[in-house]
Amino acid sequence: MELLKVENLKMYFQTLRGYVRAVDNVSFSVDQGTALGLAGESGCGKTSSALTILRLLPMNGRVLGGKINFEGIDLLEMSHERFRQEIRWKKLSVIFQGAMNALNPVKKIGDQITEGILIHEDISRNEAVERAKRLLDLVGIGAERIDRYSHELSGGMKQRTMIAMALACNPDLIIADEPTTALDVIIQAQVLKVINELRQKLHLSMIMISHDLSMIAETCDRVAIMYAGKIAEYGNVVSVYKEPLHPYTQKLIAAFPSILGPRRELTSIHGFPPDLLNPPPGCRFHPRCSYATEICQKKEPAIVQCGSKEHYVACHLVG
Amino acid sequence: MEEAIVEVRNLKKYYPIKLGFLKTILAKEVPQVHAVDSVSFYVKPREIFGLAGETGCGKTTTGRLLLRLIEPTEGKVLFKGKDITALPLEGGEMRRLRRKMQIIFQDPYESLNPRMSIYDIVAEPIQIQKITEKESETTERVTKALEDMDLTPPEEFLYRFPHEISGGQRQRVAVARAFAVEPEFIVADEPVSMLDASIRTEVLKLMLSMVERVHCAYLYITHDIALARYICDRIAVMYLGKIVEMGPAEEVIGKPVHPYTEALLAAVPVPDPTARRTKVVIKGEVPSSVNPPSGCRFHTRCPYAQEICRKDEPELVASGKDRYAACHFPLS
Repeated sequence: MELLKVENLKMYFQTLRGYVRAVDNVSFSVDQGTALGLAGESGCGKTSSALTILRLLPMNGRVLGGKINFEGIDLLEMSHERFRQEIRWKKLSVIFQGAMNALNPVKKIGDQITEGILIHEDISRNEAVERAKRLLDLVGIGAERIDRYSHELSGGMKQRTMIAMALACNPDLIIADEPTTALDVIIQAQVLKVINELRQKLHLSMIMISHDLSMIAETCDRVAIMYAGKIAEYGNVVSVYKEPLHPYTQKLIAAFPSILGPRRELTSIHGFPPDLLNPPPGCRFHPRCSYATEICQKKEPAIVQCGSKEHYVACHLVG
Repeated sequence: MEEAIVEVRNLKKYYPIKLGFLKTILAKEVPQVHAVDSVSFYVKPREIFGLAGETGCGKTTTGRLLLRLIEPTEGKVLFKGKDITALPLEGGEMRRLRRKMQIIFQDPYESLNPRMSIYDIVAEPIQIQKITEKESETTERVTKALEDMDLTPPEEFLYRFPHEISGGQRQRVAVARAFAVEPEFIVADEPVSMLDASIRTEVLKLMLSMVERVHCAYLYITHDIALARYICDRIAVMYLGKIVEMGPAEEVIGKPVHPYTEALLAAVPVPDPTARRTKVVIKGEVPSSVNPPSGCRFHTRCPYAQEICRKDEPELVASGKDRYAACHFPLS
């Protein structure tokens, strides 16, 4: 069942020099109980897409079109106040990037978890504390640490606290924005293990945002590869990773080192991502693409399905 | 064996912890952070030697000790057979040596002075080392250094400032600065970890092409063991200030001997959704380096630990051709 469906979302940042086209005609969906990965490099619009869904955009973020359908309701039609009361944290929560700075340093972690519960649910303080303890057990921190402050915890524990907070109101969908950057590999593996176990235990639906293709390969069912505010390729994780069709996806995958398999040569993509104030005409990847032809400079490719599989790609050379 | 360009013998760096006045008087011993604890290795000419490990394992401290950016508590650093730790810190000889040993830092946003133009940044080491006599020669060298890093045409970059160029270009300027004085040995401290995947490889390739072009050697410090596999000839894996395993990169990663290396490799994510590996993730976190565990420092987390591991510290001994491991029960 489709839980979240984003259609033709357009979100630009208004600046003195014009509009920065951060999210430009982006569509994807998340099914109940599955995880979608949003992958891409810095500035490709993955975090901006998430913030638009959560309605946490900065003042100059303008939603200029599209629909965000969540459980049958268009979130963009809803008033901010109603969204805050009924949706955010209750049905749609987030694990923020950089747990080091996302926790309040002057409040106990237990109080930070119960705060969200008490705002959204009509239960007593004691019940909320009990739930916070259960959550801390669930993420492997241990109920006895409920009275700790964030500086008393290690990086991995802070990130797990963030996960416990996101789970506090039993949400239907969790958006994880780079949940393991800044953590060491072993701690990262521990946190990913907690996330994967919780997904199975609680049948969680998730959007995982990351620049690291390896991490998405290990956690997600579906993936959307973003480039310069647009989705370049979208589909089942195995299909996209094993048979990438878009030149950008192909090169990006080839640029990731792996400890398995033969040692092949790592490739790079010449040049750098475009300025989204003045994105190149046609396909936004054409200045860096080695297969670009004339049509790529003029006409923007539409995203089309390839074969009967769940695999979509936006490239003139495919299809 | 070919003579090593850099050799490190029993290098130690302890940092005392500052205590309050009363505690300083009453304490029998000042507690110390054992950042680097008896590390020995060598780097051959034209070799890329990797130093891998997690945050706080002492890899960056080791890199800085090698260049005497910090002073060792104990131990020796030999550059082409000459003990550089014995030289006076101020003075001509040390300064001449610094020309031969350069460093590339992790974050080009912090390592380049925002108020200096690219020209001034790259020319500064040339001027300090008094390599050129005339301004025109300096300009020539700076231009050449930028060209080597594919910053072409160089005239377009000379008078720009760091904020006017992209992250990848900025790191290439940092590499150009290091190579402007013709070094023979470079410490590269996580040079590409701040860059996106698509530009990372380009910077790496340029850096590594210098090995053939000017015959330099690298100490490549990284937390990314998968990347180390692609670029290093040999690697050493560090844990809590000590080298636990050392050997040819492909062999260490393909067939680790030390349980820590095994655990570290098991935790590395793989960019392949079909590779569902049986993942054993070790529990717990790295212990404090103020009071490192007795015996083998890894015994608190090691799945194979026995009684002896708690008591006796294993030494780094040969475990095969060109391979070394510090473990009582090496994996086979």
